[in-house]
Amino acid sequence: MAIVTHLKKSCAVNPLKMSAPIGAALAFTGLDNCMPTLHGSQGCTAFGLVLFVRHFKEAVPMQTTAMNEATTIMGGYDNVEQAILNIHKRAKPAIIAIASTGLTETKGDDVDGYLSLIRKKHPELDEVALVYVSTPDYVGAFQDGWSKAVAKIVKELAVPGLPVAGQINVLAGSHLTPGDLEEIRELVEAFGLKPIILPDLSGSMDGHIPDNFSPTTLGGTTLAELRASGSSEFTLAIGEHMREAAQTLQDTCSVPFEVLESLTGLDTNDRLMSLLAKLSGRPAPNKYRRQRSQLMDAMLDAHFFIGGKKIAIGAEPDLLLAVGKLFAGLGAELTAVVTTTASPVLEHLPTQEVLIGDLEDLEQRAAGCDLLVTHSHGRQMADRLQLPFLRMGIPMFDRLGAAHQVTVGYRGTRSLIFEVANMFMAAAHEPGPDDWRHAAPTGAECGSCTPAAAH
Amino acid sequence: MSSLSSKVQEVFDEPACGKNQAKGEKERKKGCTKQLVPGAAAGGCAFDGAKIALQPITDVAHLVHGPIACEGNSWDNRGAKSSGSSLYRTGFTTDINELDVVYGGEKHLFKSVKEILDKYDPAAVFVYQTCVTALIGDDIEAVCKAATQKFGKPVIPVDAPGFVGNKNLGNKLAGEALLDYVIGTEEPETTTPYDINIIGEYNLAGELWQVKPLLDEMGVRVLSCISGDAKYKEVAYSHRAKAAMMVCSKAMINIARKMEERYEIPFFEGSFYGVSDMSDSLRNIAKLLVDKGAPADLLERTEAIIQREEAACWQRMEPYRDSLKGVKVLLITGGVKSWSVVSALQEVGMEIVGTSVKKSTLEDKQKIKELMGEDAHMVDDMTPREMYKMLKEAQADIMLSGGRSQFIALKAKMPWLDINQERHHAYAGYDGMVTLVREIDKSLRNPIWEQVRRPAPWDIEDASCTTQDSGTIVTLPGNDALPLNLAA
Repeated sequence: MAIVTHLKKSCAVNPLKMSAPIGAALAFTGLDNCMPTLHGSQGCTAFGLVLFVRHFKEAVPMQTTAMNEATTIMGGYDNVEQAILNIHKRAKPAIIAIASTGLTETKGDDVDGYLSLIRKKHPELDEVALVYVSTPDYVGAFQDGWSKAVAKIVKELAVPGLPVAGQINVLAGSHLTPGDLEEIRELVEAFGLKPIILPDLSGSMDGHIPDNFSPTTLGGTTLAELRASGSSEFTLAIGEHMREAAQTLQDTCSVPFEVLESLTGLDTNDRLMSLLAKLSGRPAPNKYRRQRSQLMDAMLDAHFFIGGKKIAIGAEPDLLLAVGKLFAGLGAELTAVVTTTASPVLEHLPTQEVLIGDLEDLEQRAAGCDLLVTHSHGRQMADRLQLPFLRMGIPMFDRLGAAHQVTVGYRGTRSLIFEVANMFMAAAHEPGPDDWRHAAPTGAECGSCTPAAAH
Repeated sequence: MSSLSSKVQEVFDEPACGKNQAKGEKERKKGCTKQLVPGAAAGGCAFDGAKIALQPITDVAHLVHGPIACEGNSWDNRGAKSSGSSLYRTGFTTDINELDVVYGGEKHLFKSVKEILDKYDPAAVFVYQTCVTALIGDDIEAVCKAATQKFGKPVIPVDAPGFVGNKNLGNKLAGEALLDYVIGTEEPETTTPYDINIIGEYNLAGELWQVKPLLDEMGVRVLSCISGDAKYKEVAYSHRAKAAMMVCSKAMINIARKMEERYEIPFFEGSFYGVSDMSDSLRNIAKLLVDKGAPADLLERTEAIIQREEAACWQRMEPYRDSLKGVKVLLITGGVKSWSVVSALQEVGMEIVGTSVKKSTLEDKQKIKELMGEDAHMVDDMTPREMYKMLKEAQADIMLSGGRSQFIALKAKMPWLDINQERHHAYAGYDGMVTLVREIDKSLRNPIWEQVRRPAPWDIEDASCTTQDSGTIVTLPGNDALPLNLAA
């Protein structure tokens, strides 16, 4: 059980955290025919856009209400109205989804109020779904924005109805990649169930070539599916930060739910199998029995290389839990652990201390570790500390294939284990004649490598 | 805030800007920022522009005073290279929280400056204002002044919160910060008659280094580059240069013009992109220096270098002439003076079917017309849909643009080359032009285009696919090397 610490320093150095509004915007990107929009200055959108483009290597639709000094002071009603009308006219999306920013929250714009006025004034928008979520930049992190956005989407759009047999909701956390979602869909469908994945980045951000140009999202959860999510038999929430949305669905549409903390690792996938078997009334298909057996074999093969290794991880809480638990479960030690925002999962991490901090904090604690796990911004510190570096999370801008990194299911867990074990194997120290001379012990001791480990 | 709005007015009314001066009194007052359309806007904010302009100064800590979005979503994402310190690639932000918004973030900022000085010992700290902290009234100028006094290190306020305007305005406000607080505050150890400033060059992909060997050969010393691969002190003593070159059109025109007024440093506007522009730039540097008293033989030496380099450059591009003849290029750039690149690409036989003139002056447009003919396809603002259409219908063979439109080309299955901020290749000078031509050629020749444009098996008329007799070898169109036994 871990102690959660907030550091008392004034200046964040090398941020691990990204802002809540773009977390909300990315969740909106998982809706089909949608235009994610930030209510803020144009830069708020531009920064998020560039970040996602570099991560996914895809065009990303995202708009702005383009607030300036004057409109901020006077209130943003006109800008919100104009933005909606312009987006409706130019891109004709089914959903216009708006997240606020630090700027408009500091002023205190009542966007919910604006939207009801706009609804009254513009009947031509009756067919367009409008969703708004409040995400001030100065509260919480990316994962929080995602969490709030999904909760708001189901609150606004899910319609209560008689349960449809075999239909289940999968509320997907921000730590899941489009590749993960494809895997989850396959898993659920293998039991004969019909999943509504929400939000579904595998439909929009999976890097495919559409037949034609579209100014909105290229796929994702459709508006019809969003409405139908209220008549599912069950909701599977993946990641603790999806609990709020699952709870909302239960409260408004009486859909029961279970939160799985992650889908990386043996036990949590076992739980998924029993759940799906129970929901479908079918036994687990043979291919998953086989995959489970392969995963166990992978764990046995890999534990030699992972056991005893010291790992430094910087990640958002739910990603941190997913991979941290996996590594610890293979005998590694989570030596330095930094995250972005408060979460009930943090104290369940198998480590001494979890720090809510930045990459400077992680760097200070990572010396002597054997592996660094964080998003691409860890590249400078990996270089300085000469650490093998596993990129996980958003952004991943200096590697291809971020969208297709799969770490869920028995199969995804297996490939992550191999990847990490291979990194340790590649970095393994070649014994030398001086390795066992104890004459001059050097300062910092280091888990696996002997003092002469410098290559 | 009043000082900020007067600054904004001031940089809008730029006497050295031809475009600005061509406007009427009233229009000029409105400034050069187009009113943004909510729901149909793209591009960065003033803070973004200020950061782009100053971040290349390498030994400075760039501290962003604001919520996590402004730095957390964007740090270490630009390609400016450094020959020394990597401090400029470290992300610093006050990451303000709700309490700061309520009680003000000035103390938080002051403490952050202290922490940075203690831990990183930078040459200076640049403090960037953002929307939220501007809105709640944090006085960063006062905090910077107090910190400078208390700690004895330059702490420079950069007052360009995002909501005052676009990136270009931010570039200029960044320039004002340098003029107000940095330039002229230190002295170089020595000066020579060959000292120049290069203003508005960010050393993206190392482009400054691509040009510098020739300057070295001429005997010209870059006293200060603002701001590519610059050290703080170099900017601080840049007022001792004899002449200046202003790169990148209008982004930092205010620095060049005010340094001319204050320190009598004449400047010219030039570009390192394209063969003729590169030569003109070298000539202009030599000429301005000689005008200011450098020995006149510099002119001849420069001319000799130009002759040699131009000849070598054309010779190196010669092999590409055959394969690039008639290739249709769509050139979408922001600030780069496209016409010079246009002429060089035309020289090797390519045809420019369209170019963006969003930030070009009337003069530039005239030059483009001269080069491309009266019916030159100049686009002010091409929508993504139009670009896609042009490429999809093969009205162009390749698009050269910034990263933002990359996927428009790629999704149309057309070649694309990055000529903007995040590019990985350096395209400056004579070497750069050869690189650009080589990259275009490499991109066009890549065998993937044929493969990705081939129809999927299920889209091919069933006759050829499904009713083949067993064992027949079918060669798919366009790929002779890979006979596929479809029936096997």
